[in-house]
Amino acid sequence: MRHIISILMENEPGALSRVVGLFAQRNYNIETLNVAPTDDPTLSRLTVTTIGDDRVIEQITKHLNKLIDVVKLVDLTEGNHIERELMLVKVKALGAARDEVKRTADIFRAQIVDVTPSLYTVQITGDAGKLDAFLQAMAPVGVLEVARTGVSGIARGDKVLSL
Amino acid sequence: MELLSGADMIARFLQDEGVEYIYGYPGGAALHIYDALFRQDKVKHILVRHEQAATHAADGYARASGKPGVVLVTSGPGATNAVTGIATAYMDSIPMVVLCGQVMSHLIGDDAFQETDIIGVTRPIVKHSFSIRHPSEIPEVLKKAFYLASTGRPGPVVVDIPKDMTAPTERYEYVYPKKVKLRSYNPVTRGHTGQIKKAVELMLKAKRPVFYTGGGVVTGNASEALTDLVQRLGFPITTTLMGIGSYPQGDRQCLGWLGMHGSYESNMVMHHSDLVIAIGARFDDRVTNNTSKFCPTAKIIHVDIDPSSVSKTVRADVPIVGPAQGVINEMISLVQGKEIAHPEALAEWWEKIDGWREERHGKLYEPSQPGEQLKPQEVIEALYKATRGEAFITTDVGQHQMFAAQYYKFAKPNRFITSGGLGTMGFGFPAAMGIKLNYPDDQVICVTGEGSFQMMMQELSTCKQYGVGVKIVNLNNASLGMVRQWQDLNYKSRHAHSYMESLPDFQKLIESYGFTALRVETKEELESALERTFADKDELVFLDVYVDPREHVYPMQVPLGSMRDMLLSKTERT
Ligand SMILES: Cc1ncc(C[n+]2csc(CCOP(=O)(O)OP(=O)(O)O)c2C)c(N)n1
Ligand SMILES: [Mg+2]
Repeated sequence: MRHIISILMENEPGALSRVVGLFAQRNYNIETLNVAPTDDPTLSRLTVTTIGDDRVIEQITKHLNKLIDVVKLVDLTEGNHIERELMLVKVKALGAARDEVKRTADIFRAQIVDVTPSLYTVQITGDAGKLDAFLQAMAPVGVLEVARTGVSGIARGDKVLSL
Repeated sequence: MELLSGADMIARFLQDEGVEYIYGYPGGAALHIYDALFRQDKVKHILVRHEQAATHAADGYARASGKPGVVLVTSGPGATNAVTGIATAYMDSIPMVVLCGQVMSHLIGDDAFQETDIIGVTRPIVKHSFSIRHPSEIPEVLKKAFYLASTGRPGPVVVDIPKDMTAPTERYEYVYPKKVKLRSYNPVTRGHTGQIKKAVELMLKAKRPVFYTGGGVVTGNASEALTDLVQRLGFPITTTLMGIGSYPQGDRQCLGWLGMHGSYESNMVMHHSDLVIAIGARFDDRVTNNTSKFCPTAKIIHVDIDPSSVSKTVRADVPIVGPAQGVINEMISLVQGKEIAHPEALAEWWEKIDGWREERHGKLYEPSQPGEQLKPQEVIEALYKATRGEAFITTDVGQHQMFAAQYYKFAKPNRFITSGGLGTMGFGFPAAMGIKLNYPDDQVICVTGEGSFQMMMQELSTCKQYGVGVKIVNLNNASLGMVRQWQDLNYKSRHAHSYMESLPDFQKLIESYGFTALRVETKEELESALERTFADKDELVFLDVYVDPREHVYPMQVPLGSMRDMLLSKTERT
């Protein structure tokens, strides 16, 4: 099953490489990864999506917790949560396709953020499934370049991941 | 207020931390530190002949004493030479602090002379690592390094120190930090009481229980408590290779050690038990054999300080995360005054166990006949007798290691010193050196093989320099015996590169350093040679004992089988 694990870790050089190294070293897979400092500049938040059965996920969280740089972590998929990813896509926009792209973007609540005579740059946010669907819809028109941030997430309700 | 250079801070910190010996080798990036060491006389530096030996010496000391061993090396090749020793310590959870010189900060990343990203190289084999970014942070980082190395599940910590951080011209305030805190590091200090209660209930109700305990009991200083608990309950106990000595091996309840080359009775008992009480052990593949056939009728209690060890390879029915000593003591207080539910079942269990013991009694190996080559097993038995079981025994890796573990009986923990997890040939001799320096009044013996010894024999020179009187027992089978055994069993005796052509004349070699070497080929020679070896505990003596190269280590678990599937000799199997 796919899991979203969010990690608060020391904002220190080397911390990220320890987390990523752990996945490589123990043969765990990384689907997406994103990381940035939080409101507390000494802490970074890293979110990783990974696939594994319960036993593997248990090992992943235990080994992550063991890293000295990891302060706290949560497996967001264990409860209700909000999942978002941002994607920037360059698609061909010539002739009739120009309107078609615009219409599809509207349906997906995506925005066209840059325009040239031959292409549109579209920005879209949502969960990974929505982004995949948009790419599929654009495939016939011609997708030229894709930049995705990887999944970020947060728990629904009063639960807070903090120190 | 005291102002010190980074280099002087390191020397001062080591003094304040109570470090007596450090093991190392100098080079450009470490020279400021070496100069600081030169200008003081509390911390003694032992100059090894290869950085790997420095790590093994520090490691040997750490295993014998329970305190972190300290290593100092230069950047680049100095640091990379230490890697095998760091990995060895990591696999066996041994506390160690490795100080590495590094090129000056402004050169990092430029492929400067002797620059290696040692933090990157060692990342998967350290508990943690630090880079010094300002001289003023040296005392606190070093304190953190020692704290991390020696608490929780211990392990090696690397500190990378760019040369400019130790420059003699820059001075900063030095205060010895008595304590440090890391907000992200809080090793558990006690086990969950509810879980411990549950475990004790199972223990009292068990009909065929067995304790299976490992290195965690040794590092967790829990041998006494364990012995108490096991004797109160009257259950059998088997230990891992790393746990040898944590329960007195001469005692009736002790079955020896378990796993690939463990005792017949240990493996049989594990397989047939209904309750396995694992403490400070990690269900390593050399213990469990095929995990899907592992202990088919047993419930499993697993106590470990490291949550990631619990349910890693074998699912625990009652997981308990906590320090061995605390958890065992809590168990003791819970069993106090209680009776086990099925004493008659336990008696029956012991009957069965004694039967298994009896089956193999006197059949473990065939001693040599007069005129025949010595058997390695009988050499270890003679060694045990000659030292009354009181020596520190270090080993290298191979058949000799297994024979040492099987035939020397240990009454105390921290006495059998071996590279269990990584299986590092070359470990034994430098480890013995590190122990002997710190325990000069004890007999410290390295049981080795001619293959392993040649990996670290340059340390004879170090022993000469510091007068280190270790004893070396070389079980010389003129082959890489353990490899040869596998080739006998799995490759129709095609001995691809498992024999040692052109062995040196060890006697001449040892004598060239001014030490004594004795060549032993018969039983009669062995006794007098052992006597001679232990006559003076300050003298390095090398025993070159020629043993039968055809001998195999048995029992040996059959690959992919259960614990009870064993070869018992060249012709018998379970
Ligand atoms: C550094 C290293 N290289 C290779 C091995 C693989 N290996 C395991 S045992 C062994 C043979 C050891 O020979 P020797 O030291 O003579 O011991 P013996 O088995 O003959 O007693 C080898 C090569 C190892 N454990 N460590
Ligand atoms: Mg050999």
